[in-house]
Amino acid sequence: MVTHAGGYGRSVKRKEDPRFLRGLGNYVDDLKLPSMLYMDIVRSPYAHAKIVSIDTSKALAIPGVLAVITGKDLDAYKLAWMPTLMSDTQMVLPVDRVVYQAQEVAAVIATERYIAADGVAAVEVEYEPLEPVVDPFKALDPSSPLVRPDHADKNTNHIWHWESGDKARTDQLFNEAEVTVKEHIYLPRIHVSSIETCGCVASFDRVSGKLTVWMTTQAPHAIRTVFSLVTAASAVGQIPEHKIRIISPDIGGGFGGKVPVYPGYVIATAASVLTGHPVKWIEDRSENLQADSFARDYHMDVELAGKKDGTITALRVKTLADHGSADAAANPSKFPAGLFNVCTGSYAMEAAHVEVDGVYTNKPPGGVAYRCSFRVTEAVHAIERIVDSMALKLKVDPAELRLKNFIPPDQFPYKSPTGWEYDSGNYEGALKKAMEKIGYAELRREQAEKRARGELMGIGICTFTEIVGAGPSNTFDILGIKMFDSAEIRVHPTGSAIVRIGVQSQGQGHETTFAQIVAEELGLPVENITVEHGDTDTAPYGLGTYASRSTPTAGAATAMAARKIREKAKHIAAHLLEASPDDIEWVNYQFQVKGAPQRSKTMADIAFAAYTNHPQGMEAGLEAVDYYDPPNLTFPFGAYICVVDIDRGTGQVKIRRFLAVDDCGTIINPMIVEGQIHGGLTMGMAPALLEGIFYDENGNIQQGTFMDYLLPTAMETPAWETDKTTTPSPHHPFGAKGVGESATVGAPPAIANAVVDALSHLGVTHLDIPITPWKVYQILEEHGLAEV
Amino acid sequence: MTQKVTLTINGEKREAEVEPRLLLVHFIREVCNLTGTHIGCDTTSCGACTVLINGTPAKSCTLLAVQVNGADITTVEGLEQNGQLDPIQQGFFEEHGLQCGFCTPGMMLVGKALLEKNPDPSEEEVRQAISGNLCRCTGYVNIVKAIQYAGKKMREPAEAAAPTA
Repeated sequence: MVTHAGGYGRSVKRKEDPRFLRGLGNYVDDLKLPSMLYMDIVRSPYAHAKIVSIDTSKALAIPGVLAVITGKDLDAYKLAWMPTLMSDTQMVLPVDRVVYQAQEVAAVIATERYIAADGVAAVEVEYEPLEPVVDPFKALDPSSPLVRPDHADKNTNHIWHWESGDKARTDQLFNEAEVTVKEHIYLPRIHVSSIETCGCVASFDRVSGKLTVWMTTQAPHAIRTVFSLVTAASAVGQIPEHKIRIISPDIGGGFGGKVPVYPGYVIATAASVLTGHPVKWIEDRSENLQADSFARDYHMDVELAGKKDGTITALRVKTLADHGSADAAANPSKFPAGLFNVCTGSYAMEAAHVEVDGVYTNKPPGGVAYRCSFRVTEAVHAIERIVDSMALKLKVDPAELRLKNFIPPDQFPYKSPTGWEYDSGNYEGALKKAMEKIGYAELRREQAEKRARGELMGIGICTFTEIVGAGPSNTFDILGIKMFDSAEIRVHPTGSAIVRIGVQSQGQGHETTFAQIVAEELGLPVENITVEHGDTDTAPYGLGTYASRSTPTAGAATAMAARKIREKAKHIAAHLLEASPDDIEWVNYQFQVKGAPQRSKTMADIAFAAYTNHPQGMEAGLEAVDYYDPPNLTFPFGAYICVVDIDRGTGQVKIRRFLAVDDCGTIINPMIVEGQIHGGLTMGMAPALLEGIFYDENGNIQQGTFMDYLLPTAMETPAWETDKTTTPSPHHPFGAKGVGESATVGAPPAIANAVVDALSHLGVTHLDIPITPWKVYQILEEHGLAEV
Repeated sequence: MTQKVTLTINGEKREAEVEPRLLLVHFIREVCNLTGTHIGCDTTSCGACTVLINGTPAKSCTLLAVQVNGADITTVEGLEQNGQLDPIQQGFFEEHGLQCGFCTPGMMLVGKALLEKNPDPSEEEVRQAISGNLCRCTGYVNIVKAIQYAGKKMREPAEAAAPTA
């Protein structure tokens, strides 16, 4: 038997760590090229204004300032606008008006970073402020100013209407319902704030005509194609795709915020093409927080219908989606509201109807991601909150109501009322495990005792179903490019291998887990397998890493490519063992002759033979490529239980315990999966208790720096408890489902439900997140419970 | 107008004529080409730029290079000694205390400074010590474990010959 330090279910230490531990990672801002110039950006102080004039003379007079690029300059090259991922348009630099605060207005190119900043301070822009559109409801009023008058065909701020499900049957079930509940639920804007901001180094080689851009991007291939198409439509002339190389080096966190194309990338690239020098642009935190794409901003009216015995019959949701000044979401093309209609969640119900209306406002482009793209967080928050409201109304335990309405394990694959086919699940198993492990019944007893003493303790449950792994090519594409993903494996003569994948790590540990997949499938030691990604000149085409899609798509492609190699290897083994391929079997990570296990060959033996002694008529070499088109999405799920105590003196919510039981199917590396869940839980707690971005009536951002936008520190973050159940995906080559976002999706309603539970005896049925101490304190004060 | 700054960084003397407005983090990254020290915010909130100044953690984005003239500075590149990872680096490796790696240098330096003063910190003490450093990936649980692992390693010198990452 071959021993190998790889394979599924093993906590292999990370192969990427040695460089990070030594401070030798290669992040974009670490790159220095000869004759490199620096770019800094002038930004608008107004949310909505006409640009009267831009005076660049003082900036250009500063020694070291080489150029100031304005919208008019780009317009001359037909580059002042760019497409968004949702086929809307967005300004690169404005010609005559700005539509959100902190919007890019001009770019200064200088020999040094500090001089570029001096240049920014010296550019004089005269604005004529216009009435800003801040409230998305008022934006729909016919008298509202238009955010996008450039859309000549539209005389409204309404972008699109989208609906899903059976309206007639849903309305009928609501009319017949014995009990209904309704909440208005707002999920405010939040921002991913990866600790590394966004930036790039663009380098155009005038001799070869080749453009290389090192970029903080989660989707380098898609960027390459978009760049080629954008230049084709510009006066610069198309840069052919083989002359564009996008390199996504080490990325300091992404979480979806590094999927979009930001104006800074385009301006820096244009500057490099025009000057022939490499140009570096790195945004600072304020720019990142104020101008880059946001997530959420969903105003949801959520209704649930049911019977007195607790049977849920129907769900109805109406949503206003504030997209800011452009529909720049990173959704698949056919899903303007992402996969929001998965909002029936883990519960069997007869019908559902979901509507979403997108609207423009004078805010930065929104609707991107915050460790969950595609609106799954919004969907899960809606259903998990409203189920609790139903439990409260029926006076039944929220766990009991869930157990009564779960889709039973024998009903999979399950067709949801909005058309999704859930691949596998055992929701009851996960919840019961969580309840037993945390001691649910005992906690309820403790809560009753404390409540009698006037102490405020709450227990919140969330039993979410996610939808990830986009996606099957019949429905999933971004700008027309199908959402397959890819892997290429080459096994070298001496039994080591290189794997290149179309997805891109931003901390998820792909260099380790993808090596483990190959180790498992080919029986090679994990330390002999190199994984490369993020360089479009070498990696096969893929759509990138977001929406928990790497393992479901590129992970599957890696396994399939490895299996192609194994099939060829089997024939080489037969040749070496002088047996028929039909008599060769793969056992314990090696080939052996059926019935004669002593006659065996390892993959290393085969690899050597593939280059030195391959059968006549067979091609030499041992490599394979796979482009994997998933037959369906995957549906990870989990049961989370959160216990909170509320401080009656401050209104502060303290998470005493939080148990996450996750089921992401087959696990490759338990250590990495647990790390993903810890991080996801923290990014779920953040919007539940701390983070939110709001605007005043003039469209001024109120949380524009880390002084006001509060990321969780180690002090607020509890010691997360985790456990798992394992329900493999039946359609994935090795049963994996993806896990990166589950906890971010599942944690906010668990926490919100716990706080509402702690206050429910006061008549509280819902609280919008973030549930800040002030919000809670006001309730305590109202009921005479605040301690002074 | 420039001023001469002399610093000792990771035991090596570094001298340069710099503008008085040059931030220490830029001196480290741009003048000395030590890019392990990162920049994550502009309000002294995130701690990605943390270095040790005469043994004490400090955020190098909010100090001018000229302010610390003559100081002895340790950056992440100075942790490894003679090819042997520092126990704090071993701890982060063993306990999966990092994901994207961007906050890691600052976290390790804060952890190291804590362990110098308090070789056996409680979970609460570790959390307090790293509360000026933001991590968006790990949820801190494994960072706490990593620092405690390093403390244990440092208290048991006999076992210090650990696997190298």
